[in-house]
Amino acid sequence: MVEILRFRNPELAKRIVEKIQKIAPKKDIVKICHVCGTHEWTITHYGIRSLLPPTVEVIAGPGCPVCVTPASEVDEAIKLAEKGVTVTCFGDVLRVPGSQKSLLEVKAEGADVRVVYSAVDAVKMAERENSREFAFFAIGFETTAPSTAIEILKEPPKNISFLVSHRLIPPAMELLLGIGDLNIDGFIAPGHVSTIIGLKPYEIFPKAYRMPTVIAGFEPLDVLFAIYMILKQIRAGVARLENEYTRAVRAEGNKRAQQIMMQVFDTVDGEWRGLGKLPSSALKLKKEYLGYDAREKFGIKIAYGRDIPPGCQCHLVMIGKIKPAECPLFMKTCTPQKPVGACMVSIEGTCRIWAKATKISY
Amino acid sequence: MCLAVPAKVLSVDGDKAKVDFGEGVLREVDVTLVDAKVGDYVLVHAGYAIQKLSPEEAMETLRLWSEILEAEYKPE
Repeated sequence: MVEILRFRNPELAKRIVEKIQKIAPKKDIVKICHVCGTHEWTITHYGIRSLLPPTVEVIAGPGCPVCVTPASEVDEAIKLAEKGVTVTCFGDVLRVPGSQKSLLEVKAEGADVRVVYSAVDAVKMAERENSREFAFFAIGFETTAPSTAIEILKEPPKNISFLVSHRLIPPAMELLLGIGDLNIDGFIAPGHVSTIIGLKPYEIFPKAYRMPTVIAGFEPLDVLFAIYMILKQIRAGVARLENEYTRAVRAEGNKRAQQIMMQVFDTVDGEWRGLGKLPSSALKLKKEYLGYDAREKFGIKIAYGRDIPPGCQCHLVMIGKIKPAECPLFMKTCTPQKPVGACMVSIEGTCRIWAKATKISY
Repeated sequence: MCLAVPAKVLSVDGDKAKVDFGEGVLREVDVTLVDAKVGDYVLVHAGYAIQKLSPEEAMETLRLWSEILEAEYKPE
């Protein structure tokens, strides 16, 4: 695509920053929360916080699917691997800590754990090696869930099952608003989740919570302009739902994806790492697809796990209550090479992003 | 995880399409979720095209921004 469409033009960025400086409150702190690991990456990588006036604070909510997957579900994957099932997963799931160990550690002990790029690759692998049992560890938010649903609808071979661990974003945003001392003034809503779910699920935030909400893309200009749009709403004393990412997000979302998801999944309450059980926040296979449910097929169901190891502050980092640098373990015992908490594992985890961009972020 | 990368559709075969991520990176992706035609830009997430990208909308966004940035802020 032509250069201008990359949304990284420094001249335009300067102009947006000037506007932000002009309308930002002079005294009161405005706290804007995003809920996507990729937004955190853009903000930190491009040093966007350093461009903002001191009264505008941007915090990261629970937007990293790998980080929010509870230890109990990682333990389930580990149990499958230990039973001799080949577990396939996305790359950054490999090192996420379960209660005792990670999938990478059981792999080192001899279990068969393989990384795939996509759910379709997991199915192809099962087709090729039809004498083995496979389980695909399906994590991810609304962006990823349709791909799992597509594969299940295609009736994959009987030797593959799915450990479904999908989570939904709007319930997590609602959780943040229930935490009284977070004092969020506006939401940057995740662009790629929105390509699927559209605008409607966010309507509750401006309507019921009076929270300015702007759906944003992932280039530096997208994020800067979203911040500007939120500040404008705050200044005008209004709360609206706006879409900055019109080149990818349609108001109705991706109808086909929504329909496929509804066909395959039921919405149920779900555990989030360190945050407890959130109502209607997880997906579970419908009755007619239970044959593909790894939990049913192998009789594994682990209710509780140890989400947060001693000293780790992931649960507070994940809701934006503290910055990674405020965790006593950050870059001391917990580093990208040897992560202690889940937020240091994934490339979308706040701690890892901060660790990798130390010099420009704080 | 919700990382999605724009790519150009080179050929379509049923629910599969060959796309170009730029600089010669080609891959087959699933296009069940979008009506992709040759020449379209799609957003690809973990091997699945999740939405079509609209270059026209992108130009329109930039044009609107210029307008907004030109105008001085007046309290509503």
